[in-house]
Amino acid sequence: MSQYTSQFAQAAEAVTQNTDHRSFLQTALRGYQKVRANTQARFTDWQTARKVAAEVKWEAIENLDTHLKNLTERLEARGTKVFWATDGKEAREYILSVIQEHDAKSVVKSKTMTSEEIHLNDLLEKEGFDVVESDLGEFIVQLNHEAPYHFVFPAMHLKREEISHIFHEALGTDETYDPEELTQIARRVLRQKYLDADIGISGANFGIAETGMISITENEGNARLTTSLPKVHIALMGIEKVLPRLEDLSLFLPMLATAGTGQALTGYNSMIGGPRQEGEIDGPEEFHLVLLDNHRTRLLADPEQRDALRCIRCGACLNVCPIFKNVGGHSYGTTYQGPIGSVITPHLRGLQDWKHLSQASSLCGACTETCPVKIDLHHHLLRNRRNAMNEKPKFTERVMFGGFVSMMSRPWMYRSLTKTARIFDRLMQPLQGSWLDPFRPWRKTRSLPPVAKETFKDYWQNRQK
Amino acid sequence: MIPCFIDQLFPQVGIRMVEIFERLGHEVEYPMDQTCCGQPPFNSGFQDEARQVAVRVLEIFKSAEVVVVPSGSCAAMVKVFYPELFQESPQEEAAKELAAKTWEFSQFLVEKLEVTDVGASFPGKVTFHDGCHGLRELGVKGAPRALLEKVRDLELVEMGEAETCCGFGGTFAVKFPQISTAMAQVKSNSAEESGAEYIVSNDASCLMQIQGYLDRQPKNEIRCFHLAEVLAKNLDKTE
Repeated sequence: MSQYTSQFAQAAEAVTQNTDHRSFLQTALRGYQKVRANTQARFTDWQTARKVAAEVKWEAIENLDTHLKNLTERLEARGTKVFWATDGKEAREYILSVIQEHDAKSVVKSKTMTSEEIHLNDLLEKEGFDVVESDLGEFIVQLNHEAPYHFVFPAMHLKREEISHIFHEALGTDETYDPEELTQIARRVLRQKYLDADIGISGANFGIAETGMISITENEGNARLTTSLPKVHIALMGIEKVLPRLEDLSLFLPMLATAGTGQALTGYNSMIGGPRQEGEIDGPEEFHLVLLDNHRTRLLADPEQRDALRCIRCGACLNVCPIFKNVGGHSYGTTYQGPIGSVITPHLRGLQDWKHLSQASSLCGACTETCPVKIDLHHHLLRNRRNAMNEKPKFTERVMFGGFVSMMSRPWMYRSLTKTARIFDRLMQPLQGSWLDPFRPWRKTRSLPPVAKETFKDYWQNRQK
Repeated sequence: MIPCFIDQLFPQVGIRMVEIFERLGHEVEYPMDQTCCGQPPFNSGFQDEARQVAVRVLEIFKSAEVVVVPSGSCAAMVKVFYPELFQESPQEEAAKELAAKTWEFSQFLVEKLEVTDVGASFPGKVTFHDGCHGLRELGVKGAPRALLEKVRDLELVEMGEAETCCGFGGTFAVKFPQISTAMAQVKSNSAEESGAEYIVSNDASCLMQIQGYLDRQPKNEIRCFHLAEVLAKNLDKTE
C-alpha cells in the first residue's frame, strides 16, 4: 500500500465519521445543484451544447501541436515571452528566474490550480518572497496554511466563524460573522498588496489559438488587478487549455460559469493578448506565458483516456460526486479532487501510487452525466483499475478471482460450493462480526441477509419435476 | 437471466419475475448452467478473469429470443460492458448480439411488451431508488415509475436523493466500508424525509445495502422490496 493510499483511507474515514462536516458540505452542494439547474435550463438545449463543447475540445486536443503553435506565435508577435515547461521543476525555475531578474520582492497571485500542481508557492516562500493569493477563497486557505479543499471553491469547507477566526489570528482583525465585513477585511489587505506587488501570477482558463490570447474568468476582479497592475505578469497554463477559435468562447464562457458555479456568466471575463502595447495606457510592461506539460502528453498518448484532456476544470463532477460529498476535498491529497482528479492523477503522478482513488468509487456515473465536455469519467476509473491490475496484479485478489472463475465456470461446483457455504454460514453465525468473519467490514455497520434456504436454482429444479 | 446473488440471497425476486411473465402469457426458460455475469472481476480490473466467466454467458444464452434480467447492474454488464470486453475478439459479434437482445426487467415490460398495468395491488407509500447502472448506463428512469403508478393502493413519492448512489458498488462496499456506509446513510435519510414506508428498486444489490444499513438503525420502519416483488403482490386473478 502506498503512503498516499493509507493517507486517503485515514482521512476519508475521519470525514465519514464527521456528520457535521458532511452535512455542511452536502447542504452547500445542494444549493449549487439548485442554482445550476435553473441556469442550465436557460440554454436552448444543454445536451446539444455539451456535444458541441466536447467536439470543439476534441478538435483542440487532436490538433494540439498546431493550435499551440498558433497561440504562441501570435502572442510572441505582440511581445509575449513564451516558455515551454516539460515539468513542474522547469516551470518553477523559469518563474523564479523571471522574478529574480526583476529584483522583485512581492508577488500577487490570482487563482491558478496549475500553480498548485507544481507547488509554486512553496518554492517562492522558501526563496523569501512575499506571496499572496488574491482570490478570496485562496486567500483564506493560504492564511490557514492548508491546501484548497475544492479546485473551484477552495474554502468551501470553512464556516464564517472559522474564517473570522483565521483573519483574527493572521491579520489581527476583530471577530465578525458578517460575510460582507469579512470580505471588506480581505479587500483592504489585498488592495495594498496589488499596489506593492512587482509580479502578478495568474492561470488561464482558455488559450485562443486563432487570436493568440488567454482568457481568464473570475468573480472578484482580483485576476484583472493581478494581471494589469504589477509591472510583470506571468501566466501559467496547462497545454490542454487551448481552444481553436475566439467564437468558441461564446459557448465555453457560459458553459464554464453554469457548470462551475451555476452563474450565467462569471462577473469578470478578461482577454489578454500580450504586454502593454504602444499607445496603451495600462497593462504590464512584460507578459510571460508558461505552458506546462507535466505529463499531460502522457495522457495525450493514451487514445482511450485522451478525452480527459477536454476538462475545463469547472468542478461540476466534484459537486455531484457522492464520494466527494462524503469524504471531502482534503482526503484526496491531490491538486485536482473528485472524479476528474481520480482519473488524471494516476497519469500525472503515477498509477501505482494513485490507483486507490479509482478504486474508491461506486462507479455511479453521476460525474459523467454532469460533465459539460462529456468526459467518460466513471469508465476511465474502470480503465485505471484494469491498467493497474494488468501492470501489477494484487496477489490476494488474483488468487480470489482465480477461485471465482473456477467456481463460476463450473455449474456443479457453483452449486456444491454455495451449498457448503450455506451450511458454513449457519455454523459461522456465532462468529459473525469477529475477526474470523470474512464479511466483517460489511457487518460492522450493516446487516447481511441470510443465504436463502432454497435458491432460485432449487426452485426451478423442483418446478420441472 | 438470474444474477448469482439473486439466486443465492434473493431467490424470491426471480420467482416473482417468472410469475409476472407467465401471467402475461409468456414462456419463461431458465438455463440451469448459468452462474455469474463476471461483473465482480471486471469492476476490480481483472478483465481476463471476467472474460472467462462472460464467455460462458454468451454461449448459454445464444439461442434465447430475449434475455431479461431483474437487475439493472447485471443487465448493464451484458448490454454495455460485454461489447467492450470482447472488442476485437472472436466473440465480438456474439457479445453484440447478446447485448442487443438483453433487457432490464422494468424496461422490458414497459418498452418492449408495452405493459404498465400488471394487475398488482400493494397498499403503502413507496419511494423508488434509481440503481446507478440501470439509470445511467441503460437510461432506466420512467419505466419502473410507470409500472408502480399502476399498482393499486400504492402511493408513489419521490425522495430528494432518488438518483444518488446508495453506496453499494460491489467490492467497493467492502474495500471502503466507511464511505459506502456514509452513502447509505444519505440515501436512507432522504427516503425517510420523503415519508415513504417502502423503498423499491430494480436492483437487489442496492436494496441489500440500504436494508443492511436500515436494520442497524434503532428507529427504522422502512422496508426494502424489489420491483418484481411489488408487481407480483396480490395479482388480480380475475383477468
